[in-house]
Amino acid sequence: MIEFQHVHKTYRVAGREIPALNPTSLTIEDGQVFGLIGHSGAGKSTMLRLINRLEEPSGGKIIVDGEDVTAFNATQLRGFRQQVGMIFQHFNLLASKTVADNVALPLTLAGELSRSEIDKRVTELLARVGLQDHARKYPAQLSGGQKQRVGIARALSTNPKILLCDEATSALDPQTTASVLQLLAEINRELKLTIVLITHEMDVIRRVCDRVAVMDAGQIVEQGSVAEVFLHPQHPTTKRFVQEDEQVDEGEQRDDFAHVPGRIVRLTFQGDATYAPLLGTVARETGVDYSILAGRIDRIKDVPYGQLTLAVTGGDMEAAFDRFTAADVHMEVLR
Amino acid sequence: MDALNFFANVDWAEIWLATIDTMIMLFGSLFFTVLLGLPLGVLLFLCGPRQMFEQKGVYALLSLIVNILRSLPFIILLIVMIPFTVLITGTSLGVAGAIPPLVVGATPFFARLVETALREVDRGIIEATQSMGATTRQIITNALLPEARPGIFAAITVTAITLVSYTAMAGVVGAGGLGDLAIRFGYQRFQTDVMVVTVVMLLVLVQVLQSLGDKLVVHFSRK
Repeated sequence: MIEFQHVHKTYRVAGREIPALNPTSLTIEDGQVFGLIGHSGAGKSTMLRLINRLEEPSGGKIIVDGEDVTAFNATQLRGFRQQVGMIFQHFNLLASKTVADNVALPLTLAGELSRSEIDKRVTELLARVGLQDHARKYPAQLSGGQKQRVGIARALSTNPKILLCDEATSALDPQTTASVLQLLAEINRELKLTIVLITHEMDVIRRVCDRVAVMDAGQIVEQGSVAEVFLHPQHPTTKRFVQEDEQVDEGEQRDDFAHVPGRIVRLTFQGDATYAPLLGTVARETGVDYSILAGRIDRIKDVPYGQLTLAVTGGDMEAAFDRFTAADVHMEVLR
Repeated sequence: MDALNFFANVDWAEIWLATIDTMIMLFGSLFFTVLLGLPLGVLLFLCGPRQMFEQKGVYALLSLIVNILRSLPFIILLIVMIPFTVLITGTSLGVAGAIPPLVVGATPFFARLVETALREVDRGIIEATQSMGATTRQIITNALLPEARPGIFAAITVTAITLVSYTAMAGVVGAGGLGDLAIRFGYQRFQTDVMVVTVVMLLVLVQVLQSLGDKLVVHFSRK
């Protein structure tokens, strides 16, 4: 478990104090994939780097598995860092070393295993990330996705209990992003590893995270389970992220809907409800007519969801709304 | 005028000995320059602005010393160094007398090049190595130096070539070598043929050093 207790961070630039993170408390449970989303400068990167103290906090405590990381001396900190893997946006692989030597580096630095034990572990790790045939290559010979896989293998080499991902997919194309995220989800499931990732893309959160915290101007403005935050965003920043992901322009949509008669409602289905033939049934029973103005059916991690915006006309509208609310569906009346 | 007549003044045995002297001066001084300059370059880098051991005072002091030595014309350094040279090698003459001033002249230059090469290493690499729990010594030996290796080989090449021209100047204080021949015979006795031969020998030396250096840089670039 990772606990931030009133942690804050200010930078001194030219004698002036610039706040990067306002006092923040946050708990990340073991085995979770926890996402921090925010625009650049929101403080998410600072937050991530505070966990392994690549950034020193200006105040507050960070407790990992009952131990106060902020109180560690240099030796304790090095020991702790060996148990925390980290991957980076630009991979940060050593160009002068082969793929195998890059993956072996944390083990070589720790100096606990023999050469042959290290070689064995490296072979295992490269097989896990699907790069067993590339051991003798240099990073420059690999594609972006392959480089990040090397980064992941390297981060996992010391069997860490926490993996920190610093915009790990931001430099990758959408297809490669999907495969890297899939690998992260797999690792989280099989190794029971806690993953903390930062991103500015809601899509990344939606695909792999269990919980999410939205950051803006150095503080967490909203947090919760991904489904909760994604389907019912409260804070303007969160709403903006969700709209970016859905590629919806709220203003444009409002203009479009202005010409539509009747009431407008948004229904959100989750899990099995997504596939139930609710609309047709309700329309038949209450005599209302509906047209679908906007809609999306997708998945949040492994759970399917649907979100439909409907214009409802005629019939017994109140009864229809009651039926929607009674079913396992979240309804929002927009007009 | 046939070719043999043109080289009438050239004593090939002498040229050969001078070439050997130049090589000894060059590689002797290059060895000590790298030995002293590499740690100095690493120190300059580490203490530099926004680096791991940022030490404004130490950096300013080291920088000042390096700059003074670099701005001093080599010919002056050669003469100023004489008492010190005698102290270390027992003589201010010949190959042994030339090496200490050559090293003192080239080390600050080389250290600056090393500092620049280290700065070229992506900060992300340092951060990644730190995140693995590496000590500062491990970061230097396992990440910084291997990553900067192409740059360091380029620095050694440039330094070696600079040393070639310095050895020629060292001829002034009786250091021997090709430069000495060029001055004493080619210049002072107007033996153009000796001048041509020594210059060609120096040119060949520089060419060989440069292509050797380039090969090493390419080999270690891994790109």
